[in-house]
Amino acid sequence: MQDLGASINMIFVTAKAWFLSLLGLFLPDWVIVLASIVVSGVVILCLGPVIMMYLTLLERKLIGRIQNRYGPNRVGIWGLLQPIADGIKMFTKEDIIPANADKIVHLLAPIVTVVPALMIFVVVPFGTQMTAVNLNIGLLYFIAVSSITILPIFMGSWASRNKYSLLGGMRTAAQMISYEIPMTLAVVPAIMMSQSLSTNTIVLSQAGSHGLNWFIFTPWGIVGFIVFFLCATAECNRPPFDLPEAESELVAGFHTEYSGMKFALFYMAEYMNAFTLCALAATLFLGGWQGPFLPSWVWFFGKTFILICVMIWFRGTFPRFRVDHLMAFAWKFLLPLTLINILITALCYFASPLVGWLLSLGILAVSFSILVKLNRTFVPEKRDYLFAD
Amino acid sequence: MTFGMGVLKGMIVTLKNFVTSYFCKRNEGGIFTIQYPEEREKTAENFRNFPFLVHDGSLEKIRCVACGICERECPTKCIHVEMATDAFGKPARKPAVFDIDYGLCMNCGMCEEVCPFDSIFMDHAFEVSAAERQVNLIRHKADLAKPNSYFQKERPTLAAIIDQKRKAADEKKKAATQPATPQEPK
Repeated sequence: MQDLGASINMIFVTAKAWFLSLLGLFLPDWVIVLASIVVSGVVILCLGPVIMMYLTLLERKLIGRIQNRYGPNRVGIWGLLQPIADGIKMFTKEDIIPANADKIVHLLAPIVTVVPALMIFVVVPFGTQMTAVNLNIGLLYFIAVSSITILPIFMGSWASRNKYSLLGGMRTAAQMISYEIPMTLAVVPAIMMSQSLSTNTIVLSQAGSHGLNWFIFTPWGIVGFIVFFLCATAECNRPPFDLPEAESELVAGFHTEYSGMKFALFYMAEYMNAFTLCALAATLFLGGWQGPFLPSWVWFFGKTFILICVMIWFRGTFPRFRVDHLMAFAWKFLLPLTLINILITALCYFASPLVGWLLSLGILAVSFSILVKLNRTFVPEKRDYLFAD
Repeated sequence: MTFGMGVLKGMIVTLKNFVTSYFCKRNEGGIFTIQYPEEREKTAENFRNFPFLVHDGSLEKIRCVACGICERECPTKCIHVEMATDAFGKPARKPAVFDIDYGLCMNCGMCEEVCPFDSIFMDHAFEVSAAERQVNLIRHKADLAKPNSYFQKERPTLAAIIDQKRKAADEKKKAATQPATPQEPK
């Protein structure tokens, strides 16, 4: 029974090893090393777009249900072929480039967007020994690569020569740079506690006795997770932080002037970013692939899926932020909260569990209420006009 | 500590909608979509869309007498009627040609109102899309004529009134042609 569980747990790893040993029968060693890289690469390159396609379907289905209607259910059973139909539509659409656009940058932007979105997959730990590259600076790599996403979006918006695009691009730059800071700081407690930047080691340090010693079960873990998740939602421009592509204000923001496959690439990057950010949130705070009974990759994909559903739930619920509220939320609320969170983490590290819990809960409650008070918008007293009817 | 409670409240509302969409009926918070080709909403009885001609049994017994009032009254001029002639070249009080251009008709129902012979009425059919406007959307007499039973099925209230009226008129006519008391032979 235990053997079966272990073999299901390692099924993808064993499959890859078996394939490589098969190649080893008639190929030299250095080709096998290359083949190993190619296998992982191909799997990731296929996984990204497929995940994106079905995320769009999932999102449309869930949003539909939230708004009391069926989502797409015509193409194939339960609409399962809808993403493929959409893909065919995107491929066959006319590619329009504005007359005054910067043609090279306009072409480059969608291609460049997809690259960092795919690159992040490299450090995502999908299961036991299922990290494509076990970088010892995995988290730093993730933060560095995910912040590149600003650049292509701004490239696209600038090159389109459209005022809506440009406004969208400006907003993106402001928003993403602002939210990068609390996101990075929210990650710091996880690094402090696991004493490693490698995603794999962070997951391993959350093992405990039944694989349930997740960081979210600590006071700093809860705060860190919430802040990280909010920032992740803002980072991949999903509602309610979708100011860069606010369709009611900016037509479609930075991708107003894109059509056909170029638009699809932007879309793809957005959904792949949503997936990887949810995956990282699960890795850092929800114990990654740790969990009892089920195979590791089931745990990992389950947690990620739930986080994505929460993102979609956000989209179905909240109206868009106003620009100044958005910035104020990042700088005046999340940033101080993350700094306090780092302090709490240090307390928890050095104090005994009970003292740590009590102290951190106290500090959190006090600082939270102070932050809320400080962030309250100034509402002037209502004025009575004596001589007006 | 009410900070953030509004956010949670909103999320509970959408979650409730999500759950009820699976378990509740249309008017109790469930999904209200009607999956058109398979499901159909019941059309109201007085819903009117495109005119048709009523006949009593067969195409020969069509009620229309080709008076042409509808043709004249039609605001969009989509009706075209020609009277048939019998073997002697006399008008036969029957339409030889009765065409309606559905591409032009605007469903106003004037023809129904002006018809003195209870012959033209508005139908419930709304799925009249066609590939060729000049070919498929011009309906001829054979397409337009539908039996009285169809009329009774689609618009029962109006059909009952009309039938009663016609029956009464028939009886009156019979009474007028036949003497009230049969005369004794001399």
